[in-house]
Amino acid sequence: MMSDIFVLIPGRTSRQGTALNEGKYTDTYKEEITTLLMNAEDMQRLDLETGDRVRMWNEQAEVVVTCKADKGESPPGVLFISYGDISSQLMGGDTHGSGMPTSKGLDVQLAKAE
Amino acid sequence: MTLTCITNGILQDPANDIDGEVRNVWIEDGRVVNAPTDPGRRADKTIDATGMVVMPGGVDMHCHIAGPKVNVARKMMPDDKRTAEPVRRTALTRSGTTGSVPSTFATGYLYAGLGYTTAFDAAIPPLLARHAHEELEDTPIIDKGFYVLMGNNHYLMKQLQENEPERLKSYVGWLLNSTKGFTAKLVNPGGVEVWKSSGGNATSLDSTIDHFDITPRQIINGVATAVDELGLPHPVHIHANNLGVPGNYNTTLDTMNALEGHRGHITHIQFHSYGGDPDDQSTFCSKVPDLVEYVESHPNITVDVGQVMFGNTTSMTGDGPLGYFLHKVMGRKWFSGDTEMETGCGIVPITYKNKSLVHAIQWAIGLEWYLLMQDPWRIAMSTDHPNGSSFRAYPEIIALLMSRDRRREMLARVPGGLKERTTLADLDREYTLNEIAIITRASPARMLGLKNKGHLGIGADADVTIYQPNEDYQRMFELPRYVIRRGEIVVEDGEIRSNAEGRLLHVAPKYDDGAIDNIREWFEKNYTIQFRNYPVDENTLHEREVIGS
Amino acid sequence: MSIAEQPPTTETPELKIVKDATCTFCGCVCDDMELTVEDNHITKAKNACVLGKAWFFNHHIEDRPEATIDGQPVTYEAAFDKAAEILFNSKNPLTYGMSDSTSEAQRVAVAITDWIGGNLDTTTSVCHGPSGMAFQGVGEVTCSLGEIKNRADFLIFWGGNPAESHPRHFTRYSLMPKGEFIPKGRKGRTAVLIDVRKTKSAKAANEFLQIKPRSDFELAWAMRALAKGLKIDPKIEEKTGISLETLTDLMDRMKKAKFGVILFGMGLTMTRGKHINTEAVLSLARDMNRHTRWNARALRGHGNVSGADNVVTWSTGYPFGVNLGRGYPRFNPGEFTSSDVLAREEADAALIIASDPMSNFSQPAREHLAKIPSVVLDPKLSDTARTATVAFTTATYGINTPGTVYRMDDVPIPLRPAFESPYKSDYEILKEIERRIRAKQLGV
Repeated sequence: MMSDIFVLIPGRTSRQGTALNEGKYTDTYKEEITTLLMNAEDMQRLDLETGDRVRMWNEQAEVVVTCKADKGESPPGVLFISYGDISSQLMGGDTHGSGMPTSKGLDVQLAKAE
Repeated sequence: MTLTCITNGILQDPANDIDGEVRNVWIEDGRVVNAPTDPGRRADKTIDATGMVVMPGGVDMHCHIAGPKVNVARKMMPDDKRTAEPVRRTALTRSGTTGSVPSTFATGYLYAGLGYTTAFDAAIPPLLARHAHEELEDTPIIDKGFYVLMGNNHYLMKQLQENEPERLKSYVGWLLNSTKGFTAKLVNPGGVEVWKSSGGNATSLDSTIDHFDITPRQIINGVATAVDELGLPHPVHIHANNLGVPGNYNTTLDTMNALEGHRGHITHIQFHSYGGDPDDQSTFCSKVPDLVEYVESHPNITVDVGQVMFGNTTSMTGDGPLGYFLHKVMGRKWFSGDTEMETGCGIVPITYKNKSLVHAIQWAIGLEWYLLMQDPWRIAMSTDHPNGSSFRAYPEIIALLMSRDRRREMLARVPGGLKERTTLADLDREYTLNEIAIITRASPARMLGLKNKGHLGIGADADVTIYQPNEDYQRMFELPRYVIRRGEIVVEDGEIRSNAEGRLLHVAPKYDDGAIDNIREWFEKNYTIQFRNYPVDENTLHEREVIGS
Repeated sequence: MSIAEQPPTTETPELKIVKDATCTFCGCVCDDMELTVEDNHITKAKNACVLGKAWFFNHHIEDRPEATIDGQPVTYEAAFDKAAEILFNSKNPLTYGMSDSTSEAQRVAVAITDWIGGNLDTTTSVCHGPSGMAFQGVGEVTCSLGEIKNRADFLIFWGGNPAESHPRHFTRYSLMPKGEFIPKGRKGRTAVLIDVRKTKSAKAANEFLQIKPRSDFELAWAMRALAKGLKIDPKIEEKTGISLETLTDLMDRMKKAKFGVILFGMGLTMTRGKHINTEAVLSLARDMNRHTRWNARALRGHGNVSGADNVVTWSTGYPFGVNLGRGYPRFNPGEFTSSDVLAREEADAALIIASDPMSNFSQPAREHLAKIPSVVLDPKLSDTARTATVAFTTATYGINTPGTVYRMDDVPIPLRPAFESPYKSDYEILKEIERRIRAKQLGV
């Protein structure tokens, strides 16, 4: 049985890159940074379908995003989201003396939004 | 125009045969001028140099102060700066860091503070020339330029392989125009290409270079010929093969022979004057006397020393395999950077210890060069900053040359084995002020073909350093009373009084532009930038001066 | 003598072609663009990738005020005065961003920060800053992109997804091109992708090693041990997801390569371990030189982030995370870096150049930035510009303004602007601010 603790990996996508040039206030950009890509097995286990709203939280914040089945990129237990406002809310301020907040590989919990 | 007069100084101007005469120096519009013929015309400004020594501004003909390699060393070595006294911001001047590789603004201020007004960076990859220019613009006060790395350039090696000397010459001309450089520099000719291609090196002048089927000897001769035919003010500037290897003096002799009478400058020759067996460190020794004899009997050759001084510094070089060698010897962090079609680069922190016999021999070999060369006009002071030591060691080196007692004090603190391996302990010569003025200004300016530098005759750039005589020569040369650049007081009692820009010095040789199509065709096949984006646009440069032959 | 034998641009009243223009969107800095400009719009961008096209087609002139103070449109002059006043009166200001600006503008930003004694940091600190720290620890064996094109027969992409972040890296520099000593191009090269996710880059590679999240360090360290001929516990598979057999086979082939390169991304620097992860990978590439030639290179993101590193370094001696408050440069990542200076509520003003920390920084950092007076320069509206005290609309570098940018491998490349913008460049705006600050300081 998978735990409901996931590893979240925010990253860049080319869709985000192109949308960024159109502007950060376009629907495409907003959609891109609020869509969570998940492993299909995880979605099945949690009874989720593409388009469902999910809550994702850690000690920093709680956000609500739309989930979507990925095309096999992430293994079970790993989530992906385009780097942006939503992922930043889940980042802590501590950089562990490096100047770099832990921005990839964040532990988060996830549940279907009621 | 402001007319300035430096009055009653003791003038040391060896290029004009003036050795310690009390004279006035008149300056107008940045240049040395005749005293006004009109007795009613008085100086607008007078600098009283009574009792002080007046010399032309110092000229450093071989240092690493700007561009990609230097900046990588800065990035890599925060440890080198933490404990070093920083350069503080003033109302007029910028802040900076020092250590063995000072930041750009600090570099300009520190050189000026030592009475140096001109310096040349010795190794810039053509592809990265734009970077060097940006840094030089941010290096205040001093006039400056750089040498362009060519010793492992693919187009050049291809022309040697195909026996196309005219194309090679046109390419050298085109490349100097494109980069706004000062002359061709060879670094471990051919050997760096072997390193890039296979991790090896070229161990003799007749080693075959991978992919090109040519030898270092051909590169040296071919480029020396091209530079002479282009009529450049400074000859080909050579960092010979086998740097640092025991027994390498034979390679150095071979290198000088390979010039076949063409002009050539052998740089940091200290690192190339070693006897002994490369596989047996205990045989390491000096071969300076043999090399001095050769240089003195061959007027086509000039040298600078590359003096080693004890302490922490950074080795930085276009000699990629040397960087790897030093990394293996020192076991310390290492940067290697290969540039497409052109060159390599190696950077390793290094500590020269007076308790190490090898390091002490290197130190002694540098001093032997100064003391054994009878003709000071063929040798220039350098530390190959920061390789042998920082340029900031010049006052200490001057003191060692001027005082045999001071040398003996240092000799007492190095391993005794030095005595059998170098002649230093037997050398009694003491440099005069006149000779110091030659090797720190007049001779490097002459070797560089800078007609307005290194002397204070009529028409010379009014770059002047005024020293307060002191029995402690190091102290005297560390703290000039005044430093003047192009007629403006830039340093007074150790305080920087100017944030002036300084001037870029470069050449613009004529070449056959019919050769460009061939260069272009090769270029477009191999580089990763566009041909038209390669040359430095002169409109982006700061104040500059083209130096002719 | 002029080097350019053919005219750089051809122009008719309604149509202009700009050849050899440079795309500054990502760190590839491709300079082979051929832009068609019609009525202050770029309508074609030959050779541009999907990101490049989006960059060129969408940076047209928008109808926005040249500057705002507290959201209200003002003239440039009024905004210069206010910006200079904010920065001059601050006690511990922060300068941040700079990676989407020319090096000429970066130099002025550094000068301003020096004169006012502020914190000086760039987007490097939140991208490859940890790689910079790793470099300070162990050095780096690296090469220009052309060396990869001309010599590399073995490529390892690690924690990066160039197919999406640097679309032309494969085709122009690393994987596909025919090179001087790689006449067969793609067929002459082996490519391995190491990543947590099977990204779009996996398709381009010969092999994909899917590692467990947060095990990059262990994998690189195991490979170093294998390179040295040491025995490895097969349990490495439990930690990393990669079997010892697979690793041993990979290492055998790495040793047999003629010229290998590890190209690494932010999968290493942004994950727990950060600079230690990069240090392991840099050490691995270095150690491989005992066997054959190997290099490592970071896949840098923004167009001129390498330039920012260079400019900050040559001016201060340190690449990022610099504090000039004592009148000279001090360096301490974790102390003087932007995320920290903001999250710890230390900065009392900010100068943000062409970047958007209000959308990318951690929540505590963003909250503090919103509270302090800030001066923001950006060609586009952003969350950061919206919260700024003084916001300048700027011309876009490379599209509207000339200058120099440094490619991810530190190769400096000139810009050939396509059309003029009614807005001022970063350089011009920063110069005006600097001039006003200097006038206040010198009492003139």
